[in-house]
Amino acid sequence: MRIFLNVVVFSLLIIGFFAGYSRFGIPQIEPAPPPVAEKLDLGAMTMEEFIALGERIYNGKGTCTLCHTAVGGRAPLLDGAAIVAAERLAEETYKGEASDVAGYLYESMTNPSAYVVAGFGKAGSNDTVSPMPNMLSGSIGLSEAELTAVVAYLQDLGGTEVTVEIPAEAVEEEEEPEASGEPRPAFAAPEEIIAEFTCGACHKIGEDEGEVGPDLTTIGAHRDRDYLRRSILLPNAEIAEGFEAELMPDDYGEQLYAGELEMLVDYLVALK
Amino acid sequence: MGIPQATRKGHRAAALVLLVLIFALFGAGLSWLQPTLAFAQETAQEAGDVQGVAEGVYLAAPQPTETDYPQIAGVNSRVVVWLVAQLHLWFAAFILAVPIFVLIIEGVGMATGDERYDKMAYEFIKVSITAYSLTAILGGLLIITLFVFYPHLMQFLSNIFKESMFYYALLFFVESACLYVYYYGWHWLQGGFRKWVHLTVGLLLNAAGTTLMFLANAWITFMMSPAGLDASGGFSGDAWAAMHNFLWNPINLHRVIANVAYGGSIVGAYAAYKFLSASSAQDKAHYDWMGYTANLIAISALLPLPFAGYYLAAEIYAYSQQMGITLMGGIFAWLFIIQAVLIGTLFLSANYYLWCGMGRSEGAVRYNKYVKYLAIVIIGAFLVWFTPHTLVLTNQELKALGGPYHKYLGPLGIMPAKNTAVNIMILFTTLSFILYRRANKVAVVPWVKAGNAAQVALFSAGIVNILILGIYHGYFTNTVYKVAASIPQVATTLIIIVASTIIDRFMYRGARDVAPLRWGRIPDRAQYALFLLAVAFTWLMGLMGYIRSGIRQHWHIVGVMRDNSPDAYTPTLGYAANVVSVGTILFMAMVIFVFWLSHVSTVKTVPVLRESEA
Repeated sequence: MRIFLNVVVFSLLIIGFFAGYSRFGIPQIEPAPPPVAEKLDLGAMTMEEFIALGERIYNGKGTCTLCHTAVGGRAPLLDGAAIVAAERLAEETYKGEASDVAGYLYESMTNPSAYVVAGFGKAGSNDTVSPMPNMLSGSIGLSEAELTAVVAYLQDLGGTEVTVEIPAEAVEEEEEPEASGEPRPAFAAPEEIIAEFTCGACHKIGEDEGEVGPDLTTIGAHRDRDYLRRSILLPNAEIAEGFEAELMPDDYGEQLYAGELEMLVDYLVALK
Repeated sequence: MGIPQATRKGHRAAALVLLVLIFALFGAGLSWLQPTLAFAQETAQEAGDVQGVAEGVYLAAPQPTETDYPQIAGVNSRVVVWLVAQLHLWFAAFILAVPIFVLIIEGVGMATGDERYDKMAYEFIKVSITAYSLTAILGGLLIITLFVFYPHLMQFLSNIFKESMFYYALLFFVESACLYVYYYGWHWLQGGFRKWVHLTVGLLLNAAGTTLMFLANAWITFMMSPAGLDASGGFSGDAWAAMHNFLWNPINLHRVIANVAYGGSIVGAYAAYKFLSASSAQDKAHYDWMGYTANLIAISALLPLPFAGYYLAAEIYAYSQQMGITLMGGIFAWLFIIQAVLIGTLFLSANYYLWCGMGRSEGAVRYNKYVKYLAIVIIGAFLVWFTPHTLVLTNQELKALGGPYHKYLGPLGIMPAKNTAVNIMILFTTLSFILYRRANKVAVVPWVKAGNAAQVALFSAGIVNILILGIYHGYFTNTVYKVAASIPQVATTLIIIVASTIIDRFMYRGARDVAPLRWGRIPDRAQYALFLLAVAFTWLMGLMGYIRSGIRQHWHIVGVMRDNSPDAYTPTLGYAANVVSVGTILFMAMVIFVFWLSHVSTVKTVPVLRESEA
């Protein structure tokens, strides 16, 4: 009986250790709740709002930034996609049916293998097959109207004329619950904020290698708290030498809680 | 009176033909399903008016709302299904694995003529026989809970997989029949041709069991990487395409290997308990040998398991980068730090058991001095594997450190460093085993020095290669190529293991014993290493079961059928760990019951006679 009890106690201690380590030794990140559907009235939307919708889908439900970032080089960057579209339509390797820029961008999301950017094809396919899924189906499953909004956003992002029209039909946009009026839970760590807002897509920070914005790896060595706070809230107030204005979103003041902003500033100041 | 030699040869030839036929039958079994399943392409019109038929052709995936999920007596349906499914899986893994190595051990016993192998194989299968009915009971309970709590999902799945579910039920009868003949006929089917028949039944048992698992794997991998569906998510009617989905084979491979490792660890715990309870030297020797063999089985399967894991993860990325990134770099990333702790525990306990086992022979004294170096390297590799990339810090700590990544330790948190560490850990475990095998022997072949030099060169060159690959790809290439080192690293490790085993095998052929190997001479604490192995393995399987299911996030069937139940959210790791722990405790309690039954089945109580009856 003594042996039996020894073995039981020993086993319970091991299980307790694993459970305790998982609970107290590992950060307890509360994953975002599943997106909920929200009806959007496209009929009342201006083109600016439609482009903003495309941007939200691009950064959120569409999960485009998982791969289309400067980090990792998994997929081509899309800031100039609308600019190069006309050239690609004329290339021999183009296998699609689009005839204009908007059609090309739309087709690149529904039939991504119609044109595969060199170096970004599926392994072993010699750049003839794209690893990108069809955005209309699968777990992303955007609607026609949502895809059109992303096309509008990409055209606007490239600085080209937005040629798409706002569809007349209503669309269900999936948003995180906080967007539907309920406050979202605050981020617990600055890395979570950086990851959520994909700062690394443009800035060099941590292991991210973004080059669109200034290098932040030692930003605390030459910038003070006030400057950094202002740069987050009003990014166009002062542009670092060698970088362009109007690239960084200017609505972080609305998106971040005050505590989060200070936590982020603390974090950046410490980068020396 | 013996059987004439010619007759015996005839029996063997006949048995061999029978074995080949059985292999062919089961090898072709799944492809035979293909044309049969093709008739599943019946249209809704042929099947009559079926509710939920899309466009009048095939059954579309239902889209239940939150209120469509039955709520029964306040029971948390997700936790109930989670626990029952995991318990079923633990038992299923155990009862599928044991017949695999029992058949091998029985075959070894037959080939060597050593009856101890046969006795041990019988004892292994005896342990699993009671677990078999518990597996079936839990499987039945799982089906009931799934249909009660998730009726829409089960209706859709059973429409797609109705044929394979039917074959599953049939195969279950085949497996049961084989198991009962195999176990109860063990002593009856001994010697000559009868033994061949027994082995054949064992082979049939394994073929049926493995095919059963493959069928069930198809259903769960369909939920992760659905196939055979039309553009709108409706079932296209091609049941074979749905079964042969993208992640089916990676999971099949991973589960077969993991099951063997797991089965070995559970039987090892049984042997450890029997060893501790044994009172006679003879029993201690027997259970020591049994524990050693079980540990050997567990380690042999544990070594290739990380490679099967790489393959599965790579296929998940190939199927969906989105799913791959969620798995390794998203909300589940920290889970792999817990996994590192668990796998590190497995490697350390398995090695510790081997080192303790070297005490069975005085000849091992020659190698004791190396053990501490092996331990240092394995612990070092474990610490690298266990290092997280991002550190969770307070603002003050952040300021002091200068960022969330430690200057020197941060680079150890990314995959190239972890891949390098795990390959080195595997190689040093192999070294432990080589030393253990040499403990009581001295090689007598004339090329001993050259053989040893070749092994040293092999290990040294391999380790340098693994380090260079890890450092180059990890720190001098961009992110997308960071894991490119893993395949050449794995290839290096496998080549070293195979080549060094072959060299050792030939070098120690006819080796001289320097001291006897005394089975039973091992400290009790070594047995606790076997318990640790079994518990850590169980907990690890539970955790990885969670992530396999969890990466579907808010989808029952990814991209096809959304989970709209109140429990569709992904829980925190602490919550998941609690469920896994409760499951492990329940499983361990049931296993103790199974072991106890196995014990009492051998106990005979002699009634005390009264004087008047005497």
